[in-house]
Amino acid sequence: MKYIDEYRDAALARSLAAAIAAEADPARTYHFMEFCGGHTHAISRYGLEDLLPAGVRMIHGPGCPVCVLPVGRIDAALWLARQEGVTLCTYGDMLRVPGSKRVSLLKAKAEGCDVRMVYSTADALKLAQALPERQVVFFAIGFETTTPPTAVALKQAQALGLANFSVFCNHVLTPSAIAQILDSPEVRQLGTVRLDGFIGPAHVSTVIGSAPYEYFAEEYRKPVVIAGFEPLDVLQAIRMLVRQVNDGRFAVENEFARAVTRDGNTKAKALVAEVFELRKTFEWRGLGLVPYSALRIKEAYAAFDAERRWAVPQDSVADNKACDCGAILRGVKKPTDCKLFGTVCTPENPMGSCMVSAEGACAAHWTYGRFRTAGGSNDG
Amino acid sequence: MTLPRRAHPRPLDIAAGRIDLSHGGGGRAMAQLVDELFVAAFDNPALNQRNDQGAFEVPGGRMVMTTDGYVISPLFFPGGDIGSLAVHGTVNDVAMAGAVPLNLSAGFIIEEGFPLADLKRIVDSMARAAKEAGVPVVTGDTKVVEKGKGDGLFITTAGIGLVPPGVSISGDRARPGDAILVSGSLGDHGVAVMSKREGLEFDTTLVSDSAALHGLVAAMVAAVPDLHVLRDPTRGGLAATLNEIAAQSGVGMLLHETAIPVKPEVRGACELLGLDPLYVANEGKLICICDGADAGLVLAAMRAHPLGRDAALIGHCRTDAHAFVQMETALGGQRVVDWLAGEQLPRIC
Repeated sequence: MKYIDEYRDAALARSLAAAIAAEADPARTYHFMEFCGGHTHAISRYGLEDLLPAGVRMIHGPGCPVCVLPVGRIDAALWLARQEGVTLCTYGDMLRVPGSKRVSLLKAKAEGCDVRMVYSTADALKLAQALPERQVVFFAIGFETTTPPTAVALKQAQALGLANFSVFCNHVLTPSAIAQILDSPEVRQLGTVRLDGFIGPAHVSTVIGSAPYEYFAEEYRKPVVIAGFEPLDVLQAIRMLVRQVNDGRFAVENEFARAVTRDGNTKAKALVAEVFELRKTFEWRGLGLVPYSALRIKEAYAAFDAERRWAVPQDSVADNKACDCGAILRGVKKPTDCKLFGTVCTPENPMGSCMVSAEGACAAHWTYGRFRTAGGSNDG
Repeated sequence: MTLPRRAHPRPLDIAAGRIDLSHGGGGRAMAQLVDELFVAAFDNPALNQRNDQGAFEVPGGRMVMTTDGYVISPLFFPGGDIGSLAVHGTVNDVAMAGAVPLNLSAGFIIEEGFPLADLKRIVDSMARAAKEAGVPVVTGDTKVVEKGKGDGLFITTAGIGLVPPGVSISGDRARPGDAILVSGSLGDHGVAVMSKREGLEFDTTLVSDSAALHGLVAAMVAAVPDLHVLRDPTRGGLAATLNEIAAQSGVGMLLHETAIPVKPEVRGACELLGLDPLYVANEGKLICICDGADAGLVLAAMRAHPLGRDAALIGHCRTDAHAFVQMETALGGQRVVDWLAGEQLPRIC
């Protein structure tokens, strides 16, 4: 497949891995966090850990939009789905995430709620036009990548005068989450989590550009390399991070130059600014309340805001006490440190957020990597 | 059957639980429903083998019987329709015991208002498929449900067949050292069907691989009668099917990603939709597990048959207390090829 196979070439991967091994200082270790679930997925799916020297360790960050959505917001979506006359639609991954009573949207659908999976906000709009007697609510989630399409849908709904369409907005911002991790006591004071650098988001950066990360590089003295989601992108980014650490540099470098510029997609950013404004604070699963980390719909589009149309519950619901998702999302713990991992918490019955989406750290380890920690041996 | 570990950490919630779509997806949720409800209730030696067909002795030999419901949407898709699929799928489930299919039954559940022209088109296609396979539909049943109580048309077929002497094929017979073969490229059916699904239409030249495989199986059995396992990787794809076999046989498996045949069109569509071809359904492919020493002979027999032209050796079984299905990735790393959790839903970013 053209433009895909080039980035999955085994021979190139081997030579990159050899270069990383040659350049990494055997006297020290390197701890890099890949922020995005897309990178976590690529690392697990292609078995990249097997190609890295023992001293280079990857920490899986919180960049999985499904994983960071707190239980309270899922309960709120379930509440919306149960309102008379409501058809709730959202992206596929969201359907399986259980709320506080272990009920997911998929289960609510089985109970009789009208829940639909859509592939795009355009589909959600089409649904509203096709079902004029229903109130169609789009359960919007995601980082900066999925925000512009929601902005377009809101603008189109207004242009069309679609009275039966609204958006339950849960869009969140990547830089705020990175800052929250870097400001966490484990990283800043206690030193229990060593972070030597970040692999920066791929798709998010195509929208916001590379400039927003410059602050982290300067303020926190951490190297950032923006990388694509293909395995060679990840390996190349790791090599660039190793070099920065070795040189004592902390700059923002762009491995994903084929798609990311310094300023990003100015058109998309303008659209988002036109339709959305910052929330003062927003709860993230695993990170808690993060100031100015999410978006809400502006007054001009209030008619299409599900939170204004209904008295959507705003309760905060605590995670299961034994669940270590919070610590795992901050890189303080590994999935296998959690008592629930693989015992009562599996992708079929997720207790915590990291087990829900294939991009979550726990689900990725369970689905692709659990042979590494299962104990015993095989005869290969 | 002893599973290497407790397969289902949390038992089915009979009191308050409800069926959701994941219970039909071919993944672990469905396996749990079958294990804890159906197999537990119907408990008998033939069923407890957990194959796609039940085998039992009759005077004069060994017989297999199978049944399968067809609820596909859309009813017509590139390369077939629900009628031809209902014949091929059940013929294949009989054939996966190494058996010669003899007869089929067909039950139709039709929704009020269903166009007769569509029904005729489907029945004609079914008749054509049965004739080509040489397996007649000898009995049937017709029910009509009120509008809104069924999605157009559901078909259930059952099939019986006879197992030739000396053939003993079952999902619990995979042994360490056995070779794992597939009869051709994976994912064609699932992607062809998805390309026509409402809300997801995209253009592709792909057609479903839907086909009756008993001729291919006969050729393989003629070459090597002692095949260990045969199974068609339908719902849940190669990944789910190999995990079923690994659990049934209590062996691990190591696959080689670069050896697994997947058409570029299928890979492209899967990239776009965020799917993994290893989990996409097939309706005209089979997995064969045989003694490693027989692999060359079986492979040659497969490749000599039109439905096995692209057959490939994709890996081996091995000793593994966890019964993991593992894969050496194209990049040289290793990973688990797990069951599917629920339905394979597209990832969002």
